Formats: sequence, C-alpha cells, structure tokens
Amino acid sequence: MASSHSNGSSRRFKVPRGPRGDRKHTRKVSMAGIYQRAIKDAFVKLDPRTVVKNPVMFIVWMGTIVTAAVTINPNLFGLVPGDESNERWFNGLITLILFLTVLFANFAEAVAEGRGKAQADSLRSTRSDTTARKVLADGTVQEVSSTALRRGDLVKVVAGEMIPADGEVTEGMASVDESAITGESAPVLKQPGTDIASSVTGGTRIISDQLMLRITADPGQGFIDRMIALVEGAERTKTPNEIALTVLLAVLTQVFLIVVATMPPLASYVQSPTTVAILISLLVALIPTTIGGLLSAIGIAGMDRVAQFNVIATSGRAVEACGDVSTLVLDKTGTITLGNRLADEFIPVNGHSMPEVATAALAASVFDTTPEGRSIVQLAEKLGATLSFDQTKAEGIEFSARTRMSGTDLPDGEEVRKGAVDAIRGFVRSRGGNTPPELDAAYERVSKLGGTPLGLCRGNDLYGVIYLKDIVKPGLRERFDQLRRMGVRTIMLTGDNRITASVIAQEAGVDDFIAEATPENKIEVIRSEQAKGRLVAMTGDGTNDAPALAQANVGVAMNSGTQAAKEAANMVDLDSDPTKLIDLVTIGKQLLITRGALTTFSIANDIAKYFAIIPTIFAAAGIGALNVMGLKSPQSAVLSALIYNALIIPALIPLALKGVQFRPLTADQLLQRNILIYGVGGVVAPFVAIKLIDLLLPLA
Amino acid sequence: MLQGWIQIALTILIVVAITPFLGEYMARVYLGKPTVLDSVLNPLERSLLTLMGVRSRSEMTGWQYARALLFSNLAMSVLLALILFGQGWLPFNPTGLSSPSWDTNLHTIISFITNTNQQHYSGETTYGYFAQFAGLGFMFFVSAGTGLAVGIAFIRGLTGKPLGNFYVDLTQSITRILLPISIVGAIIFMVAGMPETLAGPVVVPTLEDPNISQAIALGPVAHFEIVKELGENGGGFYAINSAHPFENPNGLTNLIEIISMMAIPASLIYTYGAIAENRKQAWLVYGMVMVIFVGFVVITEIGEANGNAAVNALLGSPSPNLEGKEVRFGWAQSALYTVVTTGTMTGAVNSLIDSYMPTGGFVTLSNLFLQIIWGGQGTGTAYLFAYLILAVFATGLMVGRTPEFLGRKIEKREVVLASFLLLLVHPLFVLIPSAITLGFPDQLAGISNPGFHGLGQVVYEYASATANNGSGWEGLADSQPAPTGLWWNLSASVSLLGGRYIPIICLLLLADGMSRKQPVPMTVGTLRTDTVLFTGITAGVVLIMGALTFFPVLALSPIAEAFQLAKGG
Repeated sequence: MASSHSNGSSRRFKVPRGPRGDRKHTRKVSMAGIYQRAIKDAFVKLDPRTVVKNPVMFIVWMGTIVTAAVTINPNLFGLVPGDESNERWFNGLITLILFLTVLFANFAEAVAEGRGKAQADSLRSTRSDTTARKVLADGTVQEVSSTALRRGDLVKVVAGEMIPADGEVTEGMASVDESAITGESAPVLKQPGTDIASSVTGGTRIISDQLMLRITADPGQGFIDRMIALVEGAERTKTPNEIALTVLLAVLTQVFLIVVATMPPLASYVQSPTTVAILISLLVALIPTTIGGLLSAIGIAGMDRVAQFNVIATSGRAVEACGDVSTLVLDKTGTITLGNRLADEFIPVNGHSMPEVATAALAASVFDTTPEGRSIVQLAEKLGATLSFDQTKAEGIEFSARTRMSGTDLPDGEEVRKGAVDAIRGFVRSRGGNTPPELDAAYERVSKLGGTPLGLCRGNDLYGVIYLKDIVKPGLRERFDQLRRMGVRTIMLTGDNRITASVIAQEAGVDDFIAEATPENKIEVIRSEQAKGRLVAMTGDGTNDAPALAQANVGVAMNSGTQAAKEAANMVDLDSDPTKLIDLVTIGKQLLITRGALTTFSIANDIAKYFAIIPTIFAAAGIGALNVMGLKSPQSAVLSALIYNALIIPALIPLALKGVQFRPLTADQLLQRNILIYGVGGVVAPFVAIKLIDLLLPLA
Repeated sequence: MLQGWIQIALTILIVVAITPFLGEYMARVYLGKPTVLDSVLNPLERSLLTLMGVRSRSEMTGWQYARALLFSNLAMSVLLALILFGQGWLPFNPTGLSSPSWDTNLHTIISFITNTNQQHYSGETTYGYFAQFAGLGFMFFVSAGTGLAVGIAFIRGLTGKPLGNFYVDLTQSITRILLPISIVGAIIFMVAGMPETLAGPVVVPTLEDPNISQAIALGPVAHFEIVKELGENGGGFYAINSAHPFENPNGLTNLIEIISMMAIPASLIYTYGAIAENRKQAWLVYGMVMVIFVGFVVITEIGEANGNAAVNALLGSPSPNLEGKEVRFGWAQSALYTVVTTGTMTGAVNSLIDSYMPTGGFVTLSNLFLQIIWGGQGTGTAYLFAYLILAVFATGLMVGRTPEFLGRKIEKREVVLASFLLLLVHPLFVLIPSAITLGFPDQLAGISNPGFHGLGQVVYEYASATANNGSGWEGLADSQPAPTGLWWNLSASVSLLGGRYIPIICLLLLADGMSRKQPVPMTVGTLRTDTVLFTGITAGVVLIMGALTFFPVLALSPIAEAFQLAKGG
C-alpha cells in the first residue's frame, strides 16, 4: 500500500497553482519547447498524404517538385533562351521559396497544435497505472491494475491514493484534490447521494479519509482520456464553416490553375513566351496560400484559447457556434447573483413577535445545510432564538422542486415549514389556516427590494416572511451591455416570483427573464428561442439540466456537475464558473473574425501580386508601364512576390494564434473597422512589402 | 462633344425613371397580384397552360424546376431544328434559300435557345422569313422567358419563398412582360420606318449607274427588332444587325433600342427589392451596378471621342474614332449602345466593336467577364445576388458570426454553387478553348488582325458565347464555308451550352437550398447587407474575384494594344 502511495506522489502535477483570480491562464507551457517541436513537426507534415488534405498547399508542394525538376534541367519543357546557369540559379531560388512556403504553413499548424500537445502530456502524466483495490461480490478485496477496472466495478480508495478511474461515490466522505484537472488547489468534499459531490474523476487524488466508488468509465474512456484527445486535437474535424471556406479556396485555386495553364499558348501567340518556373511562381502567388496555410492553425488556436480559459470544448464546431449565439440562457443564482442568498431580516405577520418568528425560523432551518439555511440559523441566533426541542427526535424535511419548501417535523408532531410564499400559503390553507393580508404586503416589500421572500409557518399558523437578500455580481451590467451591442440577448431564469425576478433582472440589466421557473422550463425556453432561429447557449450542472444542455447549441456543463450533465454538454468548464459563458461568446466571435480577416487579406493581396508579376514577365508585350512598383527586373519581381508570399505566413502566425483583437461593437462597426485594416490593408501592404523586398534583393 | 454627353445622360435618366414602374409591375406579376391586363390574360394563360398539358401549377423544387427548364428548352430546340433544316420546304421564303450546313444550323440553334444569338451567318442571305420570324423569333421569346423565369425563381428562393412553377413563370414572362411591350414597341418601330412585310427584296437601279441594279432586302423586321432588344437576344435580321438602316433607322429607334436592352435587367433589381421588401438594398445594388456601368461608359466614350492618335496625326486635327460607326448615330450613341449591348448580354450592335479603341475593347471584354453590368435577362440579376452571397461569405466572418444573407446561413453547399457558377464556369469555357484555338491559330482561328488584337478577338468570341452575349469583335473566319468555320461552330457551341445551363442549374439549386433554410432573426450583431459599406465591399469582391481571373488576358490584349497605339504602333 505504502509503495503505491509513494509511487503516486512522485508524479507531481505540473499545473501551476494559485488563487482563482489569476488562474485564468493556467497550463502555461514553455513556448520554446513548443517551437522546437513545431519545427520538427513542420518537416514531418511534408508527407504528401498530410499535405493533400490542404488543397492550396498541395498545389504549392506539387509546384515545388516541378521547379526542382527545372532547376536540374532548365530545358526540360523546351529550350529556354538565355544563360543556363542563371536560369538554374533562378529556378533553384524559386524552388527554395516554394518549399519554405509549404514549411511555414506546416509550422503554423504545428505551433498551434503544440500547446495542446504539451497540455496533453501534462495530463497524460496523471493517467498512470495505479493499483486499485477492487471489492468483489463476496466483499473480499483484490488488488488489480487500474486498467483492468470495468464499468460497474466497486473499488475502495484511501487517503493519499490516486482515484483509479471515473466513478461515483457510494460510501464514505473524503476530500479530493482535483487540481490535476481544474487547477484549483482547494480540495473538494466528496460524498454519496448528492448529484454533484458524488462524482469523482480518475487521476485526481484523495487526501483524507476513504471512499467506496462504483466505476463509471471503462479504461481509456474516462474524463481525462477524453480531455487528452480533445486538447491534442486527435479528434479534430473541420468545422462546417472551415469546410465551406476550404471549398472557396479550392475553387479559387482551380480558377488560377486554369488561368496559368492556359497562358502559354496565349503568351506565345503574342510573341511573349514565358517559362514553366515563372508560370508556377505566378500560380503560387495567386492562389490563396496565406489563408490556406493559416486556416487550420486559426481553428486549433481557437479551441486552445477556450482551453486556456479552463474550458474543454468537445469540438471546434462548439467554439464556432459560440460566435453565432444570439441568446444566453442564464440561471440567476450563481451566474447573475453571487451563489448564495443570505437571510437579512424576518418580517413577522399574524401578530407574532420577532422572537417568536426567529424561534420558528430556527426550528425550520435546523436541518437545512444549505448556505441559505445556515444564514437563517445565524440570523435567528443573533436575535436570541434557541432551539426549543430535542433535535435528535425531530425529523428534517428536505427541499424538493415539487413542494418548493423544506422544514422540520417537531417531536410533538408540529410541522414547521419555510419555502416559496405561495407554497407555504397552500400548506397553511391545506391545514385549515388562513393567510393574513399583511403577508402580501411583506411579500411585496421583499420582492421589490429584489430579495427572495420565504414564507414561514408552524402548522396552520403563518409566522412571517424571511427576507433572503440577493447580490448581483459586480461588473455584470457592463458585460450584458456589451453583449447587447453585439446582438446577444440574455434571458435570466429564476425560481423567484415575478416581482423579485424583475428587480434583479433590471439591476443586472438582462433583456428578459422567466420567473418561477423549474429546471424543465429551461428546455422550453431554449426550444422557443431556437424556433425563432436563434442559437442558444446555456450552462448547467444538475442531471435535470442534461436535456437542456443537449438541446442548447452551446451547452456548458460545470465540472462540479454530474456525469450526465457533462456528457450532454459540448463544453465543460473546469472552474465551474457559469459567468464564463460570456467570455466564450467573445472567443467564438474572435475565432470567426480572425478567419474572415485573414481570408480577406489573402485575397486582397492578389492585386499587388498581379501588378508585380504580369507586367514584368510580359514586358515583351510592351506592358512595362503597368509595373507601377518599378520592380528592377522580371526575375527580381517574381522572387520578391514569392518571398512576400512565403514570409507573410510566419508573419501572421502570431495573429492567427492570438486572434484578432475583439471589440464589443455592432456588426456594422466591426465590418467597417476590419475591412479597413484587412481589406484595404490587404490591398496596400503587399505593394509596399514587395517593393521593399525588390530593393533589398541583390539582383540586377 | 457636350451634346454627346447630354444624350448619354438623358438616356440613362430615362432608364432610371422606368425602373421602379417596370420593376414593381414585374414583382406584381410574379407574386400573382392583380395587374392591369388580368381580364384578358388570365383566361388566355389558363388555356395556354391547358394546351401545353400543364396540369398543376404546384411549386417545384430546384431540381424539378431545372428539369422542366432543360426538357422544355430541348423540345424547343428540336422545333427550331425542324424549321432550320427544313426551310427549303417551308413557306415565306421569297429568295428560295436552302438550309445551310449542319454545323451552322447546330450553332444557330444552340446560340438562340441559350439567349445568346451569336451568329456565324448573314441573316438576309441564310435564313428565309419563316425561319427568322417563326423559328428565331420564337426563340427570342422563349429563351428570354426562360432567363426571366430563372431570375425570378432565384429571387423567390433567396427571399425564402418557394421557387414557383417553371411553366407558369415562362408563360407569364411572355404573356405579361415580353409580349405586351413588344406589341407597342413594334408599332412604334413601324411608324419610325422599319419594314414589316413578307414581300421579297426590292430590286432597284442604283443612283450612280441606272444600269446596275441593287437588291434591297426587306422582311418582317419591326416586330423582330423590338423583342431582339427587349429580350436581350441580339440576333440581327440582317448581317450588320442594328447598324442596318432597316433595323435601326434613326436616333429615336436607337434610343428605344438602348432603353429596351436595359429596361428589364435594370428593373429586375427593383423587382428583387419589391419581393424581398427591401427596396433600399435594391437601390444600393442598382447604384453599384450603375457606378460601374457609368465608369465603363466614360472610359469607352473618352477613348472614342479622342480617336486614334496615329490617325489624327495623319488628319492633322483631333477627330473622334468613327471607323466602323454609322454617322447617323455618331461616336456618343454608338459607344453607349456598345457598352449597353455587351453589359446586358444582348449582343446587338450598331457599330463594329472590332474597330473600337483599346479602351472600348477593354470595357466590352470586362462586361462579358463580369456579366452583371445589368447582365443577361433574369440570369444577370441572379448573378448579381450570387455575388452578394459570395461577398457575404468572404467578408461576413469579420463581424464575428458565420456568414448569413437575408437571415439564411451561407454554408458549404451555397459556397460550392456560388463559387462554381461565378468563378469557374468562365475560365473553363473561355480560357481553355481560347488556349486551344490560339495554340493552332492558323488551323483553327482564321484571325484577321494578328497580335494583341487577334488574341482579343478569339477570347472575345468564347467570352461572348459563354456569357450568352452574342456580339463579336469579329474579324474571325468563323462562318461556313471558311475552313475554320466547323471548329468555331462546334467549339463555340460547347461554350454556349456550358455558359448557359451549368450556371442555371447552379442558380436554381442555390435558390432551392436557401429557401429551405430557417431564417435567423436580425440583431445588431448581424451583418447588414443593405448598407453603402457592404455594397462597396461587394463591388470590391466583384472586381477582385470576377476580374482578376482575366487580368492576364486583358493585359495581353486591350492593354498591350493601348500601349502599342500610344507608342504609335
């Protein structure tokens, strides 16, 4: 036993720890290491079977082979006039530049993948084989390798051990260090029964006590395995938009292929023949190599940016969908308001005194372990209330979504209840009591303050109203304003009554709210929004959220949530912070903008490349005056255009990886801004750059 | 000089003034709303459709629409083939013409069914009256109607409506748009001096020498002429088309012909606005086309007005380029006619395009490459909005959403269809045959002006066929019995068919897919396509994507020719 313990602890997690605030960018990995690896991968990716997946780069690669052939024998496709060794040098340079173009594109993709691979490595280190204690049907314990565990097996883990596989707690209570997956250093309490606290993840470490687990995942299919596959990009498939863009790039490539292939007879007819090497250069310059080389890097980087936010996306499609989201469905509690409401005041009714109400509130909440319940106990005790019965003989009544109340059955048979005011009202009436008009006044007063009123009763006697105070998270209003400017609507879902809900909604600045909502309402809201053609994003953690998470276009499950929720969602937030949904929308938009900006830039570049190459190679046709850049010679012009074409790929890698800076502007403003930078800039930049390269080239 | 510019401005103003009325009328027709002629036309159309055996007027899917279109076009071609091949036995053939060679007939049939009217023959000496008015005249209506049907089905699909029924659309295009305007136009043309007779040629002694007689060809020209222009057909009754005094006697007929060519493609943009209930976008797109059009007119006019420097040096005074032009129209109205006829895919000519300055060559080629500077009947407007879709896709991502047009997502299918029809069809059917022909210029081409201009002649011929325009720079030995006639007839036929039916199928499938998508509601985060900014971006996409393909060709022909002329070559 001791040996397995020390074996486990020797594998320390490489994840830096820190307070939650500055943990946004955990999993920082050494960039130098990534670059080294990327350079190696760039060569590995030269394999034609890999290159063929990118039609644009495949053409460049084919071109490289042809220019290499005419470097060896310049007269391969017919006698080329002029000095043969000069021609050989020129073709050799073209070959080199084309080769570098392919290499740069591979490098871009490899760098983008690098971060994910490094992350996967650090995760993989947690997935070591450990010895697990399997509990057999007859109750005996057998030591087996963790890889031998199957779904449904029972295992026992004790303090210091690694949890061997994903599972559900069936017995015991223990704290577990989940920093390997969440980066959160504070241990989490795990115990059976409750939805959220009962699921454990393989690879995390139990640091106190012991647990009995029922394994829920077969080897290789656990949460960490899936995470590794995701961050590594092994399962990466092109997103629909990427596929459509690849089609456009492929069509443009075919167009220019025809343009260049039909040029020799045309050029010969007007006595201005040209060489195969120059035609290939023209082709490579015209086809959209910039976006073709960076497209996959942009997509990988987008998923990576989500991962840096400690969110695991199950597909690039989910990240892309974030950008398209037009409605956010947000739970009030925990997302819009700080997690817990606290009791702020008791409002007596029916002629009861304050101490009476406090005593009843204490009685109703003594079994309530939720933060709200505890805050009621605290407030009651502060008001001098003491327990007037033997707690061991009383029975706690748990809250349920159906009854919407909780409380205590006292030893004398008296029922003390607190809960939604109308639920309490119904309870009192069902027991022959009646509800005083002051109740409505108290209810309204609390509601108008944006608080949650809880009714409190003892049998058929209504005691009063408990004011639970809700606090809207700071800074949310501005975020919602930003979202609105981007055209994203926010809908708040809450179990509160209409008045409370509207006060909180107004305070937080959401666009719409659904009051007195049950978890089932979520799916209805999502469906009705989708029926209007809107894409919906939501967060959830409970099992009853799973259908809604599956229905939503972007469903983000909290890592603290149940297995069912995590499986239904297309993203898992390791920090369990529902506010992140807002950041995800921004990341999705940023990904799409980056893709669009570089596409526009790439296509706009063609104008300058045409003006660099066509006039100089057809100088014999007397169109030299079109050489507006005044490039020195045909050879210098072709090389300058090609060098620009190659160098622009690595030059734009940082932009592709980091993404275009996102501003919360309207679509029109964004278009105006980006078309100016990447469209107009894309027309102008190459003119300047090609001219500069031409000046620097030591060619005649 | 000034007078010429005023004429041009007035002509354009008249077209703009007509646009909302004709556009609104066409929208009402195609939306099935009541129009003026209902009492006459409703029963007529009902009986026509019954006669044609169209049992239901039910909506068609994209494929059904395309199939109906292809089969009916095939049937009409067979009908025309019977008339052309059998013209020796048919009536109204006063000069007793027999059927020309099979390949001339084949090229003519394909050329007319595709709304191109590229003519590798001389009208008055090849086809008799019956072949002209019953055969070719029939094609004038049905090929234009086919184009209009495609255009309207495309607009419907784009705006989320079902595509409609091809037979109904074709019939209504003819009965409610082409026919009524043609009847009025034909009467005006007759009054203006065009012949409308079945009598044979008039033989008269010439003025100079009464002993020499001259045959003056007549024919049922007036009614033929109006739908030739209105339907963007362009096939002349006579060999020299609208330069002939019987096809275009005076300034008034010239004006009406120009307006007729532009009226439908320009108004159809407005029709889109009426159907999409976004007239603002229609006017913006209209404005974009107008700006490019006016730019092209100005370039051409300046070139013609300044004339050829080498010729002017010989004359010793500045003079406009009048070579190949009719003096009764002058440089201004000739050049305007030429820009309009090449931009609208009509292909009728009132002057010889071959004789234009390189600026005119540049513009006429560019018009054929872009295909949207008003564009073909129905199809031009569809191309225009397909360009908008492409612009949305290429730049729309920059607002941070996956691209959508009119609330419908542009996805792989749309990109495949739009980019194929806008970007790939032209290089396939223009550049490849041009390269083959220029690879063997002596055996295949028969070029009259070798060099840069000759290259342009060849490319123009295929571009004209593919764009379904029909005009030519001419100067090629493309008619039988020249030895290169067979090659030209057959290779141009391939371009005619490819340039017509592949885009039509793509457009219909594109519209079909769009109409089935669930619309996404507009928010401030949605890219608005009805803004000046986006319209400007579309213009950029049109020029970069549409024209960059042809930059090398333009550089090696009109541009190189211009530099050559400037050097005094």
